[in-house]
Amino acid sequence: MSEHKERYEIIMAGSGGQGLVLAGIMLGEAAMFDGKVVVQTQTYEAASRGGFSMAEVIIDREEIIYQQVQDPDIVLALTEESMEKYATVAEKGVPVFYDTTLVKARSGIAMAGYPFTRIASDLGNVSAVNILALGAMIARIPMVRMESLAGVIRKRFPGKILEVNLTMLEKGAELIRETMGRIPI
Amino acid sequence: MIVGREVRLMQGNQAMSEAAIYAGARFYAGYPITPSSEIAEECSKVMLQVGGVSMQMEDEIASIAAVIGASLAGAKAFTATSGPGFSLMQENLGLAVMGEVPCVVIDVQRRGPSTGLSTKPAQGDVMQLRWGRHGDQMVIALCPATVSECFFMTVKAFNLAEKFRVPVIVSPDEIVGHMRETFCVPELGEVEVIDRKRPSVPPERYKPFTADADGVAPLAAYGSDYITHVSSSMHGPDGYSNNDPANAAWRVAQLHRKIEMHREEIVLTKSFAADDADVLLIAFGVTTRASRAAALELRKEGIRAGVLQLITLWPFADQEVALLGGRAKTVVVTEMNYSGQVAGEVQRVLGGGADIRRVNSYNGQIITPQAILKAIR
Repeated sequence: MSEHKERYEIIMAGSGGQGLVLAGIMLGEAAMFDGKVVVQTQTYEAASRGGFSMAEVIIDREEIIYQQVQDPDIVLALTEESMEKYATVAEKGVPVFYDTTLVKARSGIAMAGYPFTRIASDLGNVSAVNILALGAMIARIPMVRMESLAGVIRKRFPGKILEVNLTMLEKGAELIRETMGRIPI
Repeated sequence: MIVGREVRLMQGNQAMSEAAIYAGARFYAGYPITPSSEIAEECSKVMLQVGGVSMQMEDEIASIAAVIGASLAGAKAFTATSGPGFSLMQENLGLAVMGEVPCVVIDVQRRGPSTGLSTKPAQGDVMQLRWGRHGDQMVIALCPATVSECFFMTVKAFNLAEKFRVPVIVSPDEIVGHMRETFCVPELGEVEVIDRKRPSVPPERYKPFTADADGVAPLAAYGSDYITHVSSSMHGPDGYSNNDPANAAWRVAQLHRKIEMHREEIVLTKSFAADDADVLLIAFGVTTRASRAAALELRKEGIRAGVLQLITLWPFADQEVALLGGRAKTVVVTEMNYSGQVAGEVQRVLGGGADIRRVNSYNGQIITPQAILKAIR
């Protein structure tokens, strides 16, 4: 159970092309709609596909001075490389979400592996892994209101793809609601 | 693009683009280069909407040439680039200095040298901002550390360019250019916008380089009733070539004096708990933020630490550094370059006896507050 707080630090890492920077932007916009102060940074390599890519988001009520995450509340790792970089935070109890389709299974109470790519593909949009993962992460730790992120998605996507992405968000949240009853947190 | 009291999650590069439009810029000519390309993209969309012009030129040399031409024709004009492109622009920027042409150049700094690491940050262009042009010349260079500063300092840059008829460079590092922060864009009219002086004398009496008492000459536009002759050669008040040594001395001095005599308006700094600081952290751009976080940690430990942020890099903030640095026991200069380009200037100002610690990174990685604290403890 996460108690309500104002400051959240989020890391989402993987490889170029997985939609991580967009996920960071959408999460930041959702926090903005919640009336929060947001800083979002990213790093990526020169190629538009592949290479290490990461988005960081800091959400707070007051001025955010240092722009990088120092003490993450939650991590998403979509590649082996990013998992290796951030696995240690799970030992401190920080939830580390990862895609079991792409990353070898890890044990540990804070490790949260889901077949995001397989689920997204089954639902008809494999490029919405980022939204699926965000749905799960927000259900696990309420860093933004789910409705705020739904609002961001409505602003960004039209027609059929909007419906698919809203379904993705809901499905991600469902994954957590299903498992939270079974694992003591 | 919406102007008016609406909070947006805005990127640094986006803020600089919107600030340019806000300040009245209606001409953009550039060549895309990471990490500044978002500015070219934004201008390609927005300039047309506001009745302006946006051009992708064949290279950066042509880009700055087009900007100079547009400015002389009366428009507020700018371009955006990074290290490799900024290097290409230097000769034409020298022409802009000699011709006293108002213009703004955005240099979003990336890890060099040469092509380097295109997507990684650095602060290695500091000396190039000051000395990239050959010969005796002076420009103004501003360095934002937040998205808000990207906006307000870009409006400021256009105002300074117009007021002092000089190229002004706005130079954040890649982190600040690419980061997004919640920001409330001001309404039109909320922030002062300054236009260049136009001549009040009739055309037959106009001399494009005869300065008023404020050190700056009015600038008539190409295509108006006034003849404005601009030569890159040493020229007299009328703009035509002049070989007289006395004239050369006058021109060189005037190009410097018009800026030096207005340092109050031009040299911008911010200080954070620096007045009583025993440990003074001097920083600019993104390292300001790590420095501020480090200073707060030190204060918790009972150490009187403060930060002097250089918003104007050039002309250098000699007076501010001397005042606050002179009071401190230890000065720490944090910058993402190898040689300590700002530290060297701080050393020059404070003299040989000062305890100046340098925190440098030159691998494309960010300097953390912990790295700064390590240098102090």
